[in-house]
Amino acid sequence: MLFAGNKVNEVAPLKESAQPSNVVEPPTGAQKKPEPPAEKRRWQIFFTVPLATATALAVHWLASRQEPPGETHLYTYLLSGLLVVSIVAVALQSLWSSDWMRGACPLIAAAVLLLAGWEMATSGFRWLPMPYFPSPAAVLQSLVTDRDLLFDSTCHSLLLLLCGYALGVAVGLFSGVCIGWSRQVRYWGMPLLKIVGPIPATAWIPLAMVLSPSAMVSAMALIALAVWFPVTMLTASGVSNTRAAYLDVARTLGAGRAFLIFRVAIPAALPSIFIGLFMGLGASFLTLVVAETVGVKSGLGWYVSWAQGWAEYRKVYAALLIMAAFFSTIMTALFKVRDRVLVWQKGVIKW
Amino acid sequence: MVAVSENTVATEGASLRVKDVTKVFAARDSTAERMLALDAMSFAVAPGELVSIIGPSGCGKSTLLRLIGGLDFPTSGELYVGTEAITGPSSERGLVFQDPCLFPWLTVRRNIQAGLVALGVLREKRSEVNYFLRLVGLEGFADVYPHHLSGGMAQRVALARALITHPKILLLDEPLGALDAFTRMRMQDEVLDLWQARLTTTLLVTHDIDEAIYMSRRILIMTPRPGRVERSIEVDLPRPRDRSSAEFLDLRSEILKLFTSPVS
Repeated sequence: MLFAGNKVNEVAPLKESAQPSNVVEPPTGAQKKPEPPAEKRRWQIFFTVPLATATALAVHWLASRQEPPGETHLYTYLLSGLLVVSIVAVALQSLWSSDWMRGACPLIAAAVLLLAGWEMATSGFRWLPMPYFPSPAAVLQSLVTDRDLLFDSTCHSLLLLLCGYALGVAVGLFSGVCIGWSRQVRYWGMPLLKIVGPIPATAWIPLAMVLSPSAMVSAMALIALAVWFPVTMLTASGVSNTRAAYLDVARTLGAGRAFLIFRVAIPAALPSIFIGLFMGLGASFLTLVVAETVGVKSGLGWYVSWAQGWAEYRKVYAALLIMAAFFSTIMTALFKVRDRVLVWQKGVIKW
Repeated sequence: MVAVSENTVATEGASLRVKDVTKVFAARDSTAERMLALDAMSFAVAPGELVSIIGPSGCGKSTLLRLIGGLDFPTSGELYVGTEAITGPSSERGLVFQDPCLFPWLTVRRNIQAGLVALGVLREKRSEVNYFLRLVGLEGFADVYPHHLSGGMAQRVALARALITHPKILLLDEPLGALDAFTRMRMQDEVLDLWQARLTTTLLVTHDIDEAIYMSRRILIMTPRPGRVERSIEVDLPRPRDRSSAEFLDLRSEILKLFTSPVS
């Protein structure tokens, strides 16, 4: 990767010195770095991953010599596997390569270098206090050895999250459409929404603990509450801001109230509704982890605080990694749904 | 385009009668200040007739169409379709605005069939959808979303959507106003074809004098503040009309004179 970067820099000044003779070129065009030919760039980009992986392996080998023996070699296997795969990819690139691979190479290389840097800072030079900052090899090991409990926790979290989110969305859509459509409901509902809604759902935890018989039920209700507010708010605003002309046209086509609500106002509000769904999803992640940390006796949030209680920070990091993958996957799934539903809209944000 | 005598084809249209219609808008901040948009307006349109309404902007043309469409109510006076008074919007009065106002979340086909869905008769009349797609020449675009359509195409979809419920009266509120000159002339012929096929009673609001003369059998000239019908001019030219014929140009300058010289 480093070599590739140097090469680009070497080429750049040459081209730039050739530019000033071209007076007609606008200044912005002249300042733009000339792109190296596509063929050359592909070569360099494909070499970044094996180089980075080799560096990480070397760092690991040097660092692990100071470690006590008996550690499994998972991290070594992982890096070696990546090295082999990337070398094969470089070898085959003239035969078969996709734009996706070319685009991902610098990112993968950077991630591997980051791992190497992490290892250097932890088990290598021990710049960071030890129990709190384990090496990537140690985290990977906990991830694998504690996989049963982690899997179980993930399932519990997923169940709780989905139940709470679904409940919040269902109630939020209903109340949002009512508030957005009916002036009377808006008059009575809006003040309630404005006062109760902004309270963070986690602030209700003391009350929820008293009111509910089971921690699971109260956690679900809290997640639903966290989701309900943004979904209601944005559904209501989307529905009430439906272009009057759409409603007028629908009326002259003979539309009744059900058609106006379900086939005009709600579809017109969908872009806004999805913003509410995304905000609600973010709020639900937060509420889930907090609820699991303080009340619920299962799930990833519980796992993190439990591992912390035993000062097993490598497990904490393992759980954080799982959470990152878990939440990111759910977010991606919602984006996919959005792209499918809002296919009629132009210029939607890509995830 | 086929030249058809306007009274020989069986008409789907009904007569329209506007009787002493007054519309007053209350100003937003004070109840004392009121705007008289339409002042005791009266006119009638025969079944199957194509009548244009022209007048300067702000003369209440769009207000009038909204009243006929049933989207708004007159302060006083009555409106009748045939013998029935207008009390609200209905599929028997189709409306097309300058902005096609297609539902962006529906494909062209689904936009056109929206009226059938609203009336709950889609299953029986599904074949009509294909007929109208063909009628406006958009079979190839049935599954396209509106943001891919050009202005002329979108307006054709809007026309098909308004016509699919077989309205007795078609209200066109400057439907071709946003189109370029060439598309506009082509669309004028298309609207005429659609009208001649069914002889739906059509009320066309426009501020293009040429368009009014080219298309309509009668032109109502409105004056602003308060809006009222100043004159009704019969256009007795054979179809298809020639935009450069002497009669056409005479009529044009006569109408222009009405607008340029102060009306007493």
